[in-house]
Amino acid sequence: MTEIIVVTSGKGGVGKTTTSASVACGLARRGKRVAVIDFDIGLRNLDLIMGCERRVVYDFVNVIQGDCTLKQALIKDKRIETLFVLAASQTRDKDALSMEGVRKVFDELIADGFEYIICDSPAGIEKGAHLAMYYADRAIVVVNPEVSSVRDSDRILGLLSSKTQRAEKGEEKVKEHLLLTRYSPRRVATGEMMSVGDVKEILGLDVIGVIPESPDVLSASNAGTPVILNDQSDVSRAYEDAVGRLLGDTLPLRFLEEPKKGFLARMFGG
Amino acid sequence: MGLLAFFRRSQPTANVAKERLRIIVAQERTARGGPDYLPTLRRELMEVIRKYINVDPEAVQINLEKEDGHEVLEFSVALPEKGKA
Repeated sequence: MTEIIVVTSGKGGVGKTTTSASVACGLARRGKRVAVIDFDIGLRNLDLIMGCERRVVYDFVNVIQGDCTLKQALIKDKRIETLFVLAASQTRDKDALSMEGVRKVFDELIADGFEYIICDSPAGIEKGAHLAMYYADRAIVVVNPEVSSVRDSDRILGLLSSKTQRAEKGEEKVKEHLLLTRYSPRRVATGEMMSVGDVKEILGLDVIGVIPESPDVLSASNAGTPVILNDQSDVSRAYEDAVGRLLGDTLPLRFLEEPKKGFLARMFGG
Repeated sequence: MGLLAFFRRSQPTANVAKERLRIIVAQERTARGGPDYLPTLRRELMEVIRKYINVDPEAVQINLEKEDGHEVLEFSVALPEKGKA
């Protein structure tokens, strides 16, 4: 049984690729066979976040066009045995991906025994984003607690309920989950930032994870090591929890409150 | 929070964000399920009303409500206070 999960948001820069990489790693670390696919044709980036950019020989479009086999294009992760990356093409041809081509690759992954296919969607609501979500069983909607991100993700929810195969065939609808990123408990406490409850109420979605704002995310992408693999980081723990919930665990949300600081730290900042 | 930061504290604007989003998201959801002519209908109705009354575009609400079996197109205009129009 294979589950296809799209990581989407509408707005750019909210953490789709960071989330795709970490969720894929988290599932694979639990022994699941996972393929994570970059749908951002022309703007390949998942390879950098995964740290395999120099091992890309063939990409998603090469597979679809028959230039190589899927096996040749799948990049096996060096850290986790059961994790594979399929890079986006750098072509400028926006029509390089097709519905049938994507279906063909998915069918082959399914036949090959992959348990999860993670689709890293491009920003926007154009063709790439549409194809990334079309065959999805589940959607992780990545949102920053900020007005434009929340509004755009609501547009995406509209598309998930009308422009996917499940919607068109009248099947059970795509399971939608909210993942809040760049969450700052301190700014929520001072009323400067919308809380997880606020965003949840506006969008009407169940929350699969809240990822705290942290410098660890930049360090991880600098190094090409998905942030979930940094076991010292709260971000890693928050992503681990999200992966657990994806697999059906019931876990309380963590990191919603600012860590307590000593008196001196409070007086002098830091 | 340091002493300096205490005096330069940002405004608590999260409530404003939430309220604005609540309204715009609800409005966009109504338009989404509804027919494509809703935005045009809204614009043309606005033009007709403004021939007679000077109303603010924000004071005009157009909603399509689905109730079991039938649809109701609800149109409401908050008129300006007397003397201000």
